[in-house]
Amino acid sequence: MTEGALVETLAAHDFFAGLSPDSLASLAAIAEKVEMEPHKMIFEEGGHADAAYAIVDGSVALEMNMAHRAHHIVQTLHRGEMLGWGWLFPPHRWAFSALALDATQLIRFEAGQMRSLWDEDCAFGYEMMKRFAHVMTDRLAATRLQLVDFYADRY
Amino acid sequence: MQTVTSPDVIDQMTPVPFRVRSVREELSHTFTLELEPPDGEFEFLPGQFTMVYAFGIGEVPISISSSSADRSTILQTIRRTGAVTHALGQLKSGDYVGIRGPYGTPWPMDEIKGRDLLIIGGGIGLAPLRPAIYHALENRKDYERVVVLYGTRTPNEILFAEELANWGARTDCTTMITVDAADRGWNGAVGVVTRLIGRVGFDATNTTALVCGPEIMMTVTAERLMEGHSMAPENIYITMERNMKCAIGVCGHCQFGGKFICTDGAVFPYPEVGELFEVKGV
Repeated sequence: MTEGALVETLAAHDFFAGLSPDSLASLAAIAEKVEMEPHKMIFEEGGHADAAYAIVDGSVALEMNMAHRAHHIVQTLHRGEMLGWGWLFPPHRWAFSALALDATQLIRFEAGQMRSLWDEDCAFGYEMMKRFAHVMTDRLAATRLQLVDFYADRY
Repeated sequence: MQTVTSPDVIDQMTPVPFRVRSVREELSHTFTLELEPPDGEFEFLPGQFTMVYAFGIGEVPISISSSSADRSTILQTIRRTGAVTHALGQLKSGDYVGIRGPYGTPWPMDEIKGRDLLIIGGGIGLAPLRPAIYHALENRKDYERVVVLYGTRTPNEILFAEELANWGARTDCTTMITVDAADRGWNGAVGVVTRLIGRVGFDATNTTALVCGPEIMMTVTAERLMEGHSMAPENIYITMERNMKCAIGVCGHCQFGGKFICTDGAVFPYPEVGELFEVKGV
């Protein structure tokens, strides 16, 4: 995929919507398109978190491996969502495994380059951090609802 | 003025015996009674409920889960949670239950003709929505897009799984299911039902949402529709549940703020009850 095509793909992705052409071009310069076949692992729980991923198409399951229950799916992510933030903070480990549920298209950003991009342009980095914070709070809220047993008896 | 001893009230408080035609186990704690009215016909509107009496045990309010177009029988889908529902769950074909009703306000199926329908159910909350789904699909030309979103705890707790699959297979009905937790045997979505809302895409100005589930699920869903998708509160309808006793607005057991769930609801436009969700202890 050319850099121009990557810019177009990023501009159409919900997470990157509204970013300036310069910002999109900066991101496209460190991005690559990745195609995953169904039921292929994207990354493994506990592994080195070396990339950020944007889901362009398809679905991804986030899994936890527990002693009594292997491959426990805690959430699925879909087109227009970001996958993983373990790369953002030390020790840069994945908290979950990520499995492509169907044919999945991703945009992959190498983690070190992504962090450098943000450090070099703090305004852009702040904008990106705000967007990631929104993703995190949204998923935290969803997790809280799962914890309170959202579908318990009606009242 | 109605009093508890007036003939009207006494008449409305008298259950009519309905014969149990069949009992279907839906889930581990949930079953559906198929009931025959004594005179062969029973008229109701989608969203209405009846008071179901297990003779000698007690009475509970249960939403009707069948199509209002079929008047020869009614379906009532029930979760075993207490003495009455456990007794109802012991019934066999040929037994009898007492029925009063139908009661309560219906889903506004006539008022929302020509609009897109976003039907969102959680857990057993799909049961009161099923007559609305049947109505929309039986009168498909009366509505634009029909979307059914359903969330439950696990893949083993999907109510009406076969029908959800059938609705999803139709070209004129979008159906999405999500569960709270699963393993690799499940190939669908995992996460709370509100996460499906953003995935379907809809025109908030021409969409009416019908929502049923536990109160926290309805509150969070309504908030997501209003704040995340700019849906007007008056385009959101929910159905409430309380410990109804008389079902005719006399006893006050089901009072919710200034409303009686049994007669002012159970289906409400969200603005009529939304603020009460934020009041502790109501």
